[in-house]
Amino acid sequence: MTAALRPSFSACPACAAAPAASALAGTEDDAGESGDARLMLSVPGVHCAACITKIERGLMTHPGVRAARVNLTLKRASITAAPDTDVAEMIGLVEGLGYEAHELDAAALRATATDKAGRDLLMRLAVAGFASMNVMLLSVAVWSGAADATRDMFHWISAAIALPTIAFSGQPFFRNAYHALRGGRLNMDVPITLAILLAIGTSLWETALSGHHAYFDAALTLVFFLLAGRYLDHRTRAIARSAAEELTALEVPRAWRLDGDTETQVAVSLLKLGDLIRVRPGGRMPVDGVIEEGTSELDRSLLTGETTPVFAGEGQQVSAGEMNLTGPLTLRATAVGADTSLHRMADLVAMAEAGRANYTSLADRAAKLYAPGVHILSALAFLGWLIGTGDMRTALNIAAAVLIITCPCALGLAVPAVTTAASGRLFKRGMLIKNATALERLAEVDTVVFDKTGTLTTGTPTLEAPDMLEPGALAVAMALAAGSSHPLSRAVLTAGQGLGLTASDVTGIREVPGYGTEGLWQGRCVRLGRASWTGAAPLAQTAAYLQIGDGAPLALTFADTLRTGAAEAVEALKDAGKQVVLISGDSAPAVQAMAERLGIPEWQAEALPEDKASRIAAMSGEGRKVLMVGDGLNDTAALSAAHVSISPASALDAARAASDIVLLGADLSPIADACAIAHSATRRIRENFQIATVYNVVAVPLAVAGLATPLIAALAMSTSSITVSLNALRLKGRA
Amino acid sequence: MNVLVYLIPISLLLGGAGLVAFVYTLRSNQYDDPEGDSRRILSDEWDDHPKP
Repeated sequence: MTAALRPSFSACPACAAAPAASALAGTEDDAGESGDARLMLSVPGVHCAACITKIERGLMTHPGVRAARVNLTLKRASITAAPDTDVAEMIGLVEGLGYEAHELDAAALRATATDKAGRDLLMRLAVAGFASMNVMLLSVAVWSGAADATRDMFHWISAAIALPTIAFSGQPFFRNAYHALRGGRLNMDVPITLAILLAIGTSLWETALSGHHAYFDAALTLVFFLLAGRYLDHRTRAIARSAAEELTALEVPRAWRLDGDTETQVAVSLLKLGDLIRVRPGGRMPVDGVIEEGTSELDRSLLTGETTPVFAGEGQQVSAGEMNLTGPLTLRATAVGADTSLHRMADLVAMAEAGRANYTSLADRAAKLYAPGVHILSALAFLGWLIGTGDMRTALNIAAAVLIITCPCALGLAVPAVTTAASGRLFKRGMLIKNATALERLAEVDTVVFDKTGTLTTGTPTLEAPDMLEPGALAVAMALAAGSSHPLSRAVLTAGQGLGLTASDVTGIREVPGYGTEGLWQGRCVRLGRASWTGAAPLAQTAAYLQIGDGAPLALTFADTLRTGAAEAVEALKDAGKQVVLISGDSAPAVQAMAERLGIPEWQAEALPEDKASRIAAMSGEGRKVLMVGDGLNDTAALSAAHVSISPASALDAARAASDIVLLGADLSPIADACAIAHSATRRIRENFQIATVYNVVAVPLAVAGLATPLIAALAMSTSSITVSLNALRLKGRA
Repeated sequence: MNVLVYLIPISLLLGGAGLVAFVYTLRSNQYDDPEGDSRRILSDEWDDHPKP
């Protein structure tokens, strides 16, 4: 949790200004044995063969690059380059070609560079496939009438292929079953293991006694189908995991430490109490601390949700995660790492998460009924036949047939197939499922809670009604705004440019950190900045104030821009009969305005993180299933407390870690789609269970009656597996 | 029936060859970027000289 809670630097615009240092650090960390640096770039825009060629060729033109390869599946470029190559140059090269590029922390990615578990499963799957096909060929000969010595020979050859294959390919099931049994539990792998072992055991016995029926093919196809399900399951999670890791690796958390007069860049984890830390404008506070030097304004929206920048001066406490806006600050660290205010948030998250872990997936609930049922049924069949005929061999054969025929292909294959298809569709729309049961929980949602700042809005302000202002005044404001990188200043510039204005000729512009910018215009002193500095009475909403000479200060008010798709998402969710609620830490007028604009009837303003979480807990207490959508640290506890949660990729690490689904794009409209997809996915899973039940109702009596020949077992098992897989694929086809 | 003496080993050998080929492709990272590889065949960049 601590690692995930480290404040990030990626969101800061100043990183773009200091790429040389991060590149230096990158090459230090990533130098291979050969001395070559291995660099990783995330290139989200790459999508076709032409892009691959263009980027690879473009990178190879750089003299330092030895090799470059684009991975289209992961949308990444890996570069082998000379040790002193600058990452910024690479990013520049790729951006020059028209693609967005970000540096990835290769060290964070290396752990999963080779997907060992996936490879392992694929290998076992291949061996099981090879063996089942060969044994099936031999079995077809037996079914079509091979008799006596020929049949025995075929059975022996089948056994020779099946035994080592089962020993190798069945290991994942055997291991899981062993762990479950040792823990005193029953899981899906216990009946699977028992069925496989019993099938192989009785088949061997039958073969040795030159009997008619051997189930080698059934045992092998069973392993093959179940491994296929398991591989699908693994694949879904691996894609989600690698993308989630990529989001983390995008952020290389470093801070500037002052050692005497020199500034050195160090990893945030190396900071100690009492260290002096320099935070540049645009940077995030890496630790909790007291300002030693400098004045500035702080953006605390990720922590508290309030949009108005807060003044910061010497002696003031700052918390990790706040963004420094205008002037450079020097902090003395008062709490680092696990002691920061970020970590207190983590405790809330941990408490809330403990509550959510109680959710059991549909498959688990089905398995809980299924596993004891199957064992009892097969034991009864065994006892019944033993008492009825007094023949141990027949009884055991029939018990094995019951276990094989009931084997849970629908559970082992259908659920992963459905979730793979569904998460594939969601991934294409820019949503990443992090949690295995998130889809099922999403399908149950009836209330959607939105956070305001950074979620419904982009978090960047726009100037309200710029055309109502006097153009001359706005032109002066533009000139002053050009001298600052404060978000409000940038909003003024964009608004002015949008109206086609050019900035007035203001001379001697200088920025006063924490207050605003001032200059000379037509011999008069002009100022753009805080209310107190320009002598204006502060308004309740976000505003900057323009003072020209001795004239009365003019207030420029700002509103947050809505995120793309926010209105559509709210509309679609309301149409789907879900209740939409807005809870924000921002001031009441701003929240009310937003709620009215989007038509959200229920809203709450000035909510503290604890308020948010307790409000959601109260809703859950009423039996409502809440979907929380939020991005800030103030939302993390609420995100964990909700039944299911979504956060945008622009959210802080902690929020993304606490949520089940990450929204990769800036657009919010896929949220409504996601609910619909989740709903149909859950319906498919239930359908698949029904199909499996119907087939069991038909096949089990046959097995218990002793009529299930290996041919019938193989047919029934394969038909059920293929039916449920096809049913799952229906989900993929529909847009 | 004597023909089986040849046919069964042959079928096993062929299947085994397939398996060995699969193991080779798995070991040489050919499943790391399925999407990219399927697009790369459309590029005539490396037709004559395969990329190292």
